[in-house]
Amino acid sequence: MDHLTELENKSIYIIRESYNQFDKIAALWSVGKDSTTLIWLCMKAFFGQVPFPVVYIDTSFHFQEMYDFRDYCVDRWDLDLIVARNDQALAAGMGPENKLECCTALKTQALKDCIAQYGFEALLLGIRRDEHGIRAKERYFSPRDQKFQWDYENQPPELWDQYSARADEETHIRVHPLLHWREVDIWRYIQREGLEVVPLYFAADGMRYRSLGCQSCCAPVASEAATVDEIIAEIETSSIAERAGRAQDKEDAYTMQKLRALGYM
Amino acid sequence: MQPESLSFVLVGHVDHGKSTLIGRLLHDTNSLPDGKMEEIQEAARAEGRELEFGYIVDHLREERERGVTIDTAQTFFSSDTRDYVIIDAPGHKQFIKNMITGASQAEAAVLICSAAEGVQEQTRRHAYVIHMLGLDQVLVLYNKMDMVDYSEERFREVRRELREFLARLGIRPTLEVPISASRGDNVATRSLNMPWYDGPTALTALDKFRKIPPATEKALRFPVQDVYHVDGVELTAGRVESGILRKGQTLRFMPGGRALAVKEIRQYLSEGLPQAEAGECVGLALDGDAPRRGRVGCPADDAPQPTRRFQATIFWLSPLPFEPDRGELTFKCATQEEPCRIAALRRRIDSGTLESLDAEDGRLMETEVGEVLLETDEPVVLESFYDVQELGRFVLLRGHDVVAGGIVTHTAGDAAPAHHETIS
Repeated sequence: MDHLTELENKSIYIIRESYNQFDKIAALWSVGKDSTTLIWLCMKAFFGQVPFPVVYIDTSFHFQEMYDFRDYCVDRWDLDLIVARNDQALAAGMGPENKLECCTALKTQALKDCIAQYGFEALLLGIRRDEHGIRAKERYFSPRDQKFQWDYENQPPELWDQYSARADEETHIRVHPLLHWREVDIWRYIQREGLEVVPLYFAADGMRYRSLGCQSCCAPVASEAATVDEIIAEIETSSIAERAGRAQDKEDAYTMQKLRALGYM
Repeated sequence: MQPESLSFVLVGHVDHGKSTLIGRLLHDTNSLPDGKMEEIQEAARAEGRELEFGYIVDHLREERERGVTIDTAQTFFSSDTRDYVIIDAPGHKQFIKNMITGASQAEAAVLICSAAEGVQEQTRRHAYVIHMLGLDQVLVLYNKMDMVDYSEERFREVRRELREFLARLGIRPTLEVPISASRGDNVATRSLNMPWYDGPTALTALDKFRKIPPATEKALRFPVQDVYHVDGVELTAGRVESGILRKGQTLRFMPGGRALAVKEIRQYLSEGLPQAEAGECVGLALDGDAPRRGRVGCPADDAPQPTRRFQATIFWLSPLPFEPDRGELTFKCATQEEPCRIAALRRRIDSGTLESLDAEDGRLMETEVGEVLLETDEPVVLESFYDVQELGRFVLLRGHDVVAGGIVTHTAGDAAPAHHETIS
């Protein structure tokens, strides 16, 4: 079994376990390459259908290309889309001037409200261990308490594909089927499966986005990679961090950690 | 072309140099992103500390403050021949469940031991866990050789002590390398400080680990994970844990033994597969009602006898001890789940020394190992861990919490354990 097939099977097993164990489950979909791969893996796990909703957290500051791609996929894959948006904060003028506050209001709070509204017990997320130091510590099934907090010092043991189901005091479990994938694996898989991605990943005028989010907080990196093949070649030789263009990783050394402690993805 | 990828767990006593070794490996194999080293230097300066290679992996604030690794983290790097995933396991006794979580995902183990301090409690405990999890590829690194003046005599002394202990567990190290992770001796490049050593570097030694192939050679075992209805067809979903599943074959779903023929093997966009091998997730169209989750599909002529009583070795992971009078547990093996109890605690072992402890009151404390007789409410399908790992390893839950990990040493309750299953 080749490396990508091994990664794929492990992910499908985890996706099926989570669907078996939780009645109220949804996938979080940012339309980025990772969560789009996650949705595709769900399609494969359930033989061509995603039997639960996909949640798109809309900060309203995303690139137009992301909204277009979202609607295109929803139509093509017949997805049950839920848009989570913190209209109250937006009406009060929340914007990216203060990044920590903005992310917390427009992403974390929007997600909290959405979970409360639909009563989700579990959420599938497309995070990977190699993305960010703190994500390297995640489990496949990761409980969040009532305050949405992640007690990473006292995580449940996880052995041999036995994942801990919901415990009473938790609000929900985050499930991470792509945890063991690396950035280059995602691109190789996109290539193998012939998946489409948001065009912003491909170079135009010598720049491309390597990681997508809000227009205000994402910077492109210098690149000539205009095809999936060229992106793979670039990652194999590059030593620039994937999230180098993401502002929330940069503010200070602990921004990502603070965000996550507050319930960020 | 996708390069091969191998994962290994890095274990050893606290402060014997795990984080430093990872930092060194990342640095010496050019696996750090641009700017990372500068960022780390900056952070070290801000905190008024000297730059150490261990900083590279200390991503969490808590870890920086305490200077110890608290959870399993995974790091990636590449040698000239393949990609590696380092599963970094914490060296403190209190984080043993994290260490076991990490080790259970590895294909090989690297045991690091300070040549200055010698064999310590967690060196022994981690070696025990490696042994128990069936990791038989073990590279031993004798670190901090710079602190013992690169002395061959000291290296031999510590090696003798550790070899004696490992031999009691039946572990024979794949290779043993004297290194200094902080100075870089024998990590990725040969050391000029130890002319008496002519073996491989740590990196070359890693390249000698074998990839573990999926269990296709073993008897077919297909635990049912779920049942889906797709376009009017009932599909029995699951992963082939061992062996090869073939279209047209008749499977016996145990316990119960209902025989059903495999009409079709499916994956999305690949219907009508001729076969599925160990490790593959598939859906089966069967010629009868789908069996429920937890049933295990086996070849009709090679189905194991389900059992309610069996022998196992368990590692207690919970800070709350096991107490016989509140003994209700749940047994989980593959997709099987059954209420169970410990019918007898035959031996209680200190995993840090391998000494037998008083088992009279039937209690087991955190990090202790028990050789037990387990009893489930209904029969389950098991294999000895030494035959088919996938159906010979399990967890025990109390309520919702995983409180122990274990391996099946004998599928019958009354047979005498084979000699390699107990520690001499």
